[in-house]
Amino acid sequence: MTSTDPDLVPPARAGRRPSRRLPWRDRAVVIAMVAVPSFFVLSLVWFPAVLSVILSFGSWNGIGDVDTIQWIGTQNYQDIATIYPPFWPAVKHNLIWLGFLFLGPTLLGMFLAVVLDRNMRFSRFYQTAFYLPVVLSLALTGFIWQLMYSRDQGLINQVLGTDIDWYGDPSVNLWAALVATAWRHTGYIMLIYLAGLKGVDASLREAAAVDGASETKTFFQVVFPVMRPINMIVVVIVVIESIRAFDLVWVINRGTNGLELIGALVAQNVVGEASRYGFGSALAVIMMVISSVFITLYLRVVFRQERER
Amino acid sequence: MNRRRGAIATVCMAVLALLWLFPLLWAVLSSFRDYAYTQAHGYLSFGGWTFDNYQRVWRDADLGKYFLNSLIITVPAVLLTLFLSSLAAFVLARFSYRFNLAMLGIFLAANLLPPQALLVPVFRIYREVPLPMAMSDTGQLLGSYWGLIAINVAFQIGFCTFVLSNYMKTLPFEIYEQAQIDGASVWRQYWQLTMPLVKPALAALATLQTTWVYNEFFWATVLLGGQGDKFPITSALNNLRGQFFTDYNLLSAGSVLIALPVVLVFFVLQRQFVAGLTLGSTKG
Repeated sequence: MTSTDPDLVPPARAGRRPSRRLPWRDRAVVIAMVAVPSFFVLSLVWFPAVLSVILSFGSWNGIGDVDTIQWIGTQNYQDIATIYPPFWPAVKHNLIWLGFLFLGPTLLGMFLAVVLDRNMRFSRFYQTAFYLPVVLSLALTGFIWQLMYSRDQGLINQVLGTDIDWYGDPSVNLWAALVATAWRHTGYIMLIYLAGLKGVDASLREAAAVDGASETKTFFQVVFPVMRPINMIVVVIVVIESIRAFDLVWVINRGTNGLELIGALVAQNVVGEASRYGFGSALAVIMMVISSVFITLYLRVVFRQERER
Repeated sequence: MNRRRGAIATVCMAVLALLWLFPLLWAVLSSFRDYAYTQAHGYLSFGGWTFDNYQRVWRDADLGKYFLNSLIITVPAVLLTLFLSSLAAFVLARFSYRFNLAMLGIFLAANLLPPQALLVPVFRIYREVPLPMAMSDTGQLLGSYWGLIAINVAFQIGFCTFVLSNYMKTLPFEIYEQAQIDGASVWRQYWQLTMPLVKPALAALATLQTTWVYNEFFWATVLLGGQGDKFPITSALNNLRGQFFTDYNLLSAGSVLIALPVVLVFFVLQRQFVAGLTLGSTKG
């Protein structure tokens, strides 16, 4: 789960002064304080990321040494685009995933936040109901929904009297998975907006009410603009979640037969018999390039807020 | 007018909330039903109540072992993540070095990279790194708890550093000036001055991280592979499904048991959980 909140940045920061020269022992401590966490991040995230890029230009079964890699230029990328059947379906599914998350759970989550923010009765109960699924893993979400979707024992077929294998039939299983994702995603988005809405100055809203603005108008002209930085963050979160989507389709059928997603294809090429490391890396790099655009966007928003304080 | 709208909103909310709770309630309900009974009468019947599913799933699927695995992975991962990110966050908040912004950027971006994008190199590096048999029965980082803990830590440090450094920046800078005058070392300023003051943030992050690491599925599945004996509970259920669970009532019982720890955390520490997700976003 991506974990990011709009403006986690607290209020005014105290005036920072250039530090005086520290004694050598303190300096050593500071260096260690930076070096150890950085070591983890660099060696286990950034170093492998760079290696992924390099490996994507080679052909390697991963068994032999590094010198058994055959460098084949952009062949992997060409193959992915032309002769790798699951790739384009996967791209399509990732895009559907993205579109659905936006139009479904993201808008719903935002709507719920706006309604629940107004201190209605039982507000806490409703909030709890919506974000209870957020604490469950996506893998578990998959199982819980299987009780709805199963062909023989699932509730939906029993109620409707149908005989559909909701997780297995490639014409419906993507949507079944999306509904399960939405169940968990809505509460998460709601939570982010609820926190953001608490930041909306109540007096602004009152002023709008005094001026006789309708509620809809107040929302679009007073509340919505204040939520702009949050909207930005939510967009990035949703995009990144859609690119990373993996767990749910992996527990359903390892991302095959109508549930191909790029993230699952990477795993299929590396884990198991078909160890095509170069090819898998090329798929990974495609994921990385797309997400890096949005990560950059995200960092810009965050750092702008940082500077404004 | 306004009142009618309120009523409509209440009804909508109530319906939606029940809809949202339904899948969970259904899982709980199914978990208490006898398989033979539901097979014969369908799930829309009433009756066939039993506690057997819980006993059976616990015993047959050896859930105790997998819960222990989750514990072995989650506790060190969360503690190490919090410790390391508090170190980095302290430097970011206490000093204004030129590399601060770059470091924060590198940390935060790492948290957002798709893990699948790193799979190939991490997988291969882990196979290359030898560990003594005492630490890993595979003799390498691949298939060991150490490797899984390390990757979880590496991924979560970014987020925690960000949250903690923001929290630390709200502390009045004068306390450090005073400490400096009193001759306190940097370590003491971190450990004895800053850490006690950021306890609320640490508690919130600990709650959040515990749920996340407990729920983590991708790395556990690919890095602990093999027989799956070391799988944490979240990944284990997937493996067990094929072996044991053609019986959906049993699957329900298993799901409920696996959800139980996080749902408990959620109810007991709800405030911390929400605060962790939204820390600092409410101004003042």
